[in-house]
Amino acid sequence: MKEFGGRIVRLDRSDINTDEIIPAKYLTEISREALKPYLLEDLKLDGFDPASDELKQAGVIVTRANFGCGSSREHAVWVLEVNGINVVVAESFARIFRQNMFNCGMLAVELAAADIDRIFSMKGDLSAAVDVDRGIITVSGADGSLDFSFSLNDFERDLVKAGGWLAYADKKY
Amino acid sequence: MGKTITEKIFASHLRDTPSPGNYVLDIDVVMCHEITTPVAIRDLEDRGMDRVFDPAKIKAVIDHVTPSKDSKTATQAKILRDWARRHGIRDFFDIGANGVCHALFPEKGFIRPGYTVIMGDSHTCTHGAFGAFAAGVGTTDLEVGILKGVCSFREPRSMLVEISGELPEGVGAKDVILKLIREITVNGATNMVMEFRGEVVERMSMEARMTLCNMAIEAGGTCGVCLPDRVTAEYLFPFMQDGFASVDEMVEDFRRWHSDPDAEYEKEVRLDVSGLSPQVTWGYKPDEVKDVADMTGTRVDQVYIGSCTNGRIEDLRAAARILAGRRIAPTVRGILAPATPKVYSQALEEGIIRIFMDAGFCVTNPTCGACLGMSNGVLAEGEVCASTTNRNFNGRMGKGGMVHLMSPLTAAATAVAGEIRDPREML
Ligand code: SF4
Repeated sequence: MKEFGGRIVRLDRSDINTDEIIPAKYLTEISREALKPYLLEDLKLDGFDPASDELKQAGVIVTRANFGCGSSREHAVWVLEVNGINVVVAESFARIFRQNMFNCGMLAVELAAADIDRIFSMKGDLSAAVDVDRGIITVSGADGSLDFSFSLNDFERDLVKAGGWLAYADKKY
Repeated sequence: MGKTITEKIFASHLRDTPSPGNYVLDIDVVMCHEITTPVAIRDLEDRGMDRVFDPAKIKAVIDHVTPSKDSKTATQAKILRDWARRHGIRDFFDIGANGVCHALFPEKGFIRPGYTVIMGDSHTCTHGAFGAFAAGVGTTDLEVGILKGVCSFREPRSMLVEISGELPEGVGAKDVILKLIREITVNGATNMVMEFRGEVVERMSMEARMTLCNMAIEAGGTCGVCLPDRVTAEYLFPFMQDGFASVDEMVEDFRRWHSDPDAEYEKEVRLDVSGLSPQVTWGYKPDEVKDVADMTGTRVDQVYIGSCTNGRIEDLRAAARILAGRRIAPTVRGILAPATPKVYSQALEEGIIRIFMDAGFCVTNPTCGACLGMSNGVLAEGEVCASTTNRNFNGRMGKGGMVHLMSPLTAAATAVAGEIRDPREML
């Protein structure tokens, strides 16, 4: 199984939609790699710069509620993947986006609003390490580390381990 | 304990329960379009899995950008076209026969009560209007659907949406759904099926029910659903005559899908539409909605009438009521995209196309076009569009453009006035 974690980029807003994550005009691309430069290009968030190093180095996104709402485009997951982001931590997700993450063998982690608040209040650059089997995400920053536990059901864990739904379904159905 | 329509559909299609709360269902219809399917096709080819589970259960259309506008979109269309031919997919709709997927497929009678339907498109929820469970999925789900005819879903929780009262003149299904989203927010129905019930829904045509279900996803809903009744049976009778002697018989049969009186709902929402006024969005989220009175006077550069939300014949008729004998403001670009060839021909026969053209509208072929900002009316930075579509996200119809969602009546009145206007003044 691949490793989950990395440097955290924090996006302090709810309802970040798929058009913000990857605008529709790039959906004419047939290769996933071609999406790379356009990550979060249309995000409406004060002070956010899609060209920042913080975003380029990120492996984990931490954000608020209803992340990934809007269209069904899996491009919104692929654009994260090709940019080296394999975990999104949020208070909640839109259904299709969440399912697309697991279908691609990536992690959508839901934490309570209070936990998300704590991560937003931590100082300095943050990074995260995820233990999928135990359901623990460890967030480290200037003031030390905090553990947060999350739940995945067996199916979701199997998908992550199999590397996604296609591999899983091909074997089973 | 009783079951909801969705629970009944799940029970009748259950293939596997990989863990409690996760269900793998057999899928009756897998629908494909040229934006999300080519990636799936390429990926299946790369994995040496270029197969389809059942060509008769796969429906495909080129609708988002058609005719192709450049080499990239031409390639997407070609990949889908070649694939449909290679696998003997007979229900494939190309230029001349193509139209917006969620308007075209119902019109062909492909969606039936009790069906499970998936598509790589979030507005697949539209098809719930027929009493089906229809959900938008991503590319990987689509690939597995194409290959195996199955899809996984979490617990089918439902929200009961009871719509009562009398819709005032000049107010329709679009206003009802915008008002609902305004009340419950873009996250209000996440992971839930929105079951639309009540006298107002019962009186609605299939077209109006599709408009209602179409925007379930804008409240986060997995699917919208209406209980299949006489209206549904009359619409589907021409396609299902083999199985039924009469519409009455169909109505009777459809009852088995109805939610039981003691079914349980996660949430219940009630809306009385008496006195509702036309609704218009003001921001970048579909729940940022105001009464038209609070938006009146907002200048627009373009008016777009079309899409899977409001590009059907009833929508065109509604707009034509206002446009007949009037001209649109000289500062406004009016664009009409009838949703399907059938809608287009019907509008021709009824003289509606003439009315639009005399009013100063440009009429395009059936396509998604400007709805997703890819062709046929993309906005420039700073431009404002009054649109009958379903998404007002930042950049949706063009980078830096602003979209105000509204009904076809309000859009027509806005075109005439050159600024957002209450259509009831012009009826
Ligand atoms: S008309 Fe717009 S919302 Fe509907 S399927 Fe086409 S692009 Fe999507």
